Amino acid sequence: MKFGIYPGCSLTGSARDYNESVFALAKAFGLDFMQIPDWNCCGATAAHNLNKELSLALPARILALAEKSGMDEIIVPCAACYSRLVVTQHELKKNPELKNRICEVIEMDYRGTSGILNVIEWIDKYITPKLEEKIIKPFNYKVACYYGCLLVRPDKILNYDRAEDPQTLDIVMSKIGATPVDYPYKTECCGAGLSISRTDIVSKLSGKIIEDAEHRGADAIIVACPMCHSNLDMRRPDINKYWETEYKIPVIFVTQAIGLAIGLSPKEVGLKRHFVEVNIS
Amino acid sequence: MARIGVFVCHCGENISATVDCGKVAETIGKLKHVAYSTEYKYMCSDPGQTLIKDAIKEYNLTGVVVSACSPRMHEPTFRKACAEGGLNPFLCEMANLREHCSWVHEKNELTTEKAIDIVRTQVEKVKLNSALQPIKVPVTKTAMVIGGGIAGIQSALDIANTGHKVIMIERSPSIGGHMSQLSETFPTLDCSQCILTPRMVEVAQHPNITLYTYAEVESVEGFIGNFKVKVRKKAKSLDEKTCTGCGLCTTKCPQKKIPNEFEQGMGMRPAIYIPFPQAVPNRPVIDREHCTYYIKGKCKICEIVCPTKAIRFDQPDEILELEIGAIVVATGFDIKHSDFFPEYGYGKYKDIIDGLQFERLASASGPTSGAILRPSDGQVPKNIVFIACAGSRDPAKGIAYCSKICCMYTAKHAMLYKHKVHEGKAHVFYMDIRSAGKNYEEFVRRAIEEDYVNYIRGRVSTIFERDGKLIVKGVDTLLGAQPVEIVADMVVLATAGVASSGAEDLAQKLHVSYDAHKFFAEAHPKLKPVETNTAGIFLAGACQNPKDIPDSVSQASGAAVKVAALFSQSELTREPLVAVVNRTAPPMYSTCIGCFMCQSVCPYQAIEREDFKNRDGKIVKSVAKINEGLCQGCGTCVALCRSKSIDLYGYSNNQVYAEVMALLNEY
Amino acid sequence: MSHPEHHALRNSLAYSVEQNVEVTPQKCYQCGKCSAGCPVADEMDLPPSMVLRLLQTEVPANDDKVLRSHSIWLCVTCEMCLSRCPMEIDIPSMMDFLRQKSRREKKVNPKAKNIIAFHKSFLNSIRWTGRLYELGLILDYKRQSLNMTQDISLAPKMISRGKLHMFPGIIKGKAQIARIFKKTSN
Repeated sequence: MKFGIYPGCSLTGSARDYNESVFALAKAFGLDFMQIPDWNCCGATAAHNLNKELSLALPARILALAEKSGMDEIIVPCAACYSRLVVTQHELKKNPELKNRICEVIEMDYRGTSGILNVIEWIDKYITPKLEEKIIKPFNYKVACYYGCLLVRPDKILNYDRAEDPQTLDIVMSKIGATPVDYPYKTECCGAGLSISRTDIVSKLSGKIIEDAEHRGADAIIVACPMCHSNLDMRRPDINKYWETEYKIPVIFVTQAIGLAIGLSPKEVGLKRHFVEVNIS
Repeated sequence: MARIGVFVCHCGENISATVDCGKVAETIGKLKHVAYSTEYKYMCSDPGQTLIKDAIKEYNLTGVVVSACSPRMHEPTFRKACAEGGLNPFLCEMANLREHCSWVHEKNELTTEKAIDIVRTQVEKVKLNSALQPIKVPVTKTAMVIGGGIAGIQSALDIANTGHKVIMIERSPSIGGHMSQLSETFPTLDCSQCILTPRMVEVAQHPNITLYTYAEVESVEGFIGNFKVKVRKKAKSLDEKTCTGCGLCTTKCPQKKIPNEFEQGMGMRPAIYIPFPQAVPNRPVIDREHCTYYIKGKCKICEIVCPTKAIRFDQPDEILELEIGAIVVATGFDIKHSDFFPEYGYGKYKDIIDGLQFERLASASGPTSGAILRPSDGQVPKNIVFIACAGSRDPAKGIAYCSKICCMYTAKHAMLYKHKVHEGKAHVFYMDIRSAGKNYEEFVRRAIEEDYVNYIRGRVSTIFERDGKLIVKGVDTLLGAQPVEIVADMVVLATAGVASSGAEDLAQKLHVSYDAHKFFAEAHPKLKPVETNTAGIFLAGACQNPKDIPDSVSQASGAAVKVAALFSQSELTREPLVAVVNRTAPPMYSTCIGCFMCQSVCPYQAIEREDFKNRDGKIVKSVAKINEGLCQGCGTCVALCRSKSIDLYGYSNNQVYAEVMALLNEY
Repeated sequence: MSHPEHHALRNSLAYSVEQNVEVTPQKCYQCGKCSAGCPVADEMDLPPSMVLRLLQTEVPANDDKVLRSHSIWLCVTCEMCLSRCPMEIDIPSMMDFLRQKSRREKKVNPKAKNIIAFHKSFLNSIRWTGRLYELGLILDYKRQSLNMTQDISLAPKMISRGKLHMFPGIIKGKAQIARIFKKTSN
């Protein structure tokens, strides 16, 4: 089996910490994967909002490149990129005429045969079988597992976890010793791509997510998406200003939490790059 | 010499819009052996039938082909007309020009050609028809009512009052059904048990009714007028005749924490229990799955304290074999529970309950003696939200239909809450209000205008718990889809009505049709709401579709009169279109070789063994024999028989061959 | 019997939606569950169920209202509406279609200017390098939105955390990407 990774634009830029933790975990568990050669941006929200064909062509090129490299499975740590890739694969499978048009646009052959894994699927499949024996510092904290929107919806296409009260991330966290709290905001939207153009909306929505997590006694919010992390972490000053309060709860990537549990240092998993201080480790 | 009469019906415009009936009549009229051929606008009408009767006499017809609609519509009509015209009714066939031709094709020459072909096949067939005589079977004048809810009770009483015997089977320890769980009924707010229990007692005391509770149907064989039903009387673990129903055992039983089915899980019961104080029969049963004696072999306290020594731990189940003439199915319905809703917490929030649970709270004999209290902490809810259409009218959840009763009982619940908690606030999230019965609309208006229940049009997207309260996120579509958030103490879901558990199994045992939702199928949605497609089995109540008490009672009485009509005849006549295994002179007796493969494929268990003995009493040959009382004429055995020893009256090999050859040959 | 050609010639926006997205606006029975669960409904001029109602009327003035609404741009495509809709109406895909149609017909709501500016800046960035150049995106957005001071305090913090690159990462296939953009432009 040949594995590829599609880091996406966030992991190489504003979510550098996430990238570091993913690669650190892969190294610790002896997993190898190669970046999809010459990968391009998946188009994220902007493409599907403005141009349907473009929103399918950009992900299709990525999948075609992966196929060309002989990759059987691609790991996609960014939930938004994951969503775009799976949806594109689904749309092109459903509509052969559309598929032919897109192949023409990207000037490449595309068969739609790659397996696409989000970060939790990757962890479940390749890390949790060997996890227990490697735990040195159990993550004995109460956590609010925040899935965001695109990991679980639209559930009929992603076929990953149940859309209401999903549990896969909660289960992974409890395997490293954490206690997930019952968290109704786990799939409520943080405001997504409006971070820059409507920061007020992001502040409002992300604030509610953070407030509920703190209210339920969580020590940290666990995320698996760089967009969610950015809105809950980088935007904290705006959120605090909007709600006229000081929310202190740190936001940690699931890969970072696992990294800490198996004894990696905070620096190794990128914790020092956060905006909100992480004083648990 | 065959002399066939052919009558081509226009069926108004149903056939004539696409088929040239005149041409069909004319072409058929030219065929050999067709003595008379004509067209008419409505053959099923009185003048139409008279046309047949007159033609039979005038042209000395030996066979009649009515080319019209499906025989399922009017075969009996035309056979009767022939009989009245002096021709054996089984010498009449129908050619289906409507469902098989005019309704499925466009108007053109090919359609008319096809119509002509269809008529020709029936003309060739009818030349080979025999003048059959109907088969007579006796009728057992005992009815069985399956289900002891209000529909079953009404049906049983009605049949019993016509003078016939009724056996009622109910699978729970007492009759009464869901109606016995209700606190008050709409639109009068009558106490439900007060109006029900007199009927229950009547059933128990009626000389014509034999009641078996804690009993289920095991198997059903036979046919209308002649069913053989096996009933399993589950062991109650006590002698019903010795037991006085004093109830001492139920107070002494140490196992007290079993979720009470009657209280919909809102209360507990012991292992030996009477479901509710007014139970009929008023005898406890032992729940063997939870009783310490059956699990560990210890305890036996009930046996020790029983004043009449009525406990029988080793009592086995009893199988009764009953001869029944007609069956009324009144097995009722169930409702979905709060765990059916992912967006409302998958059932993990204690203060989100369903309609039946609310009934038990409101009921004076319920777990809270009629006080509306939160299941989580026993406090009185000051702000309560009712959600209508919870699960119903929801294709995404697999329930596209409307459950009919929820709009009414939601209004009732809101009113009952307001009457008990004067300072409380009640909100109802609804999509539409369906209050079509007598005094129903006025009832709902009372809730809104007199009790100030806040009706909000919109559905609720999600509910979650925070600090012991329930956050309800809904919308007001009449205010332009303005989001509405209510912090509630309690939420009552008006959940979808669904088929009773075990409905599919029972339908299979009875050979009765059911739909995708496991509701039993009526024979015709408009005109036969209480009959099924299985002769002799009738429907009453919510097992057919969710409905309220007046409709259940009406339907039950309707089913009862169908049973009474059946029993008013001394014997039943059956269509003689059955299979027959040939018989010849001894020593052959039949070309049947006695392989009995037919017996293994017959869906109606209608094939028996006939032994032929010689003078010494030794069996020399065993051959198959069709029981004409059971045979439904499906033809499976005919097709299967390797020696071609079986034929079918009305659809014989020769007849079918003639139809095929008619299609293949020129005319 | 129903024959589609028996219905009067439909040239409404609803018909357009039916042809392009697998959504039949007539299926919506206005329960409002989508609006109830939408995170931005209280910011919208037309919550999602209202958008569907306007489409259902097949009245040109209402079609116009939809295309000129702020709502279609505020929608964050979080997919919550679709996951709860009892009729499984794909509102997110419909919103994408309405957004694209609104631009094609030049009926974009002026209040959505910044939101669209952001999307355009994002795509502009990818067009020339194949990957997102965040600094370039911000600068282009500021040029379009004329909001020079926004997030200015963030830049040094991002740089010190190594989260903001000074220079874009350009892929080898950048010409191919440019061609993809050209072929899909309309």
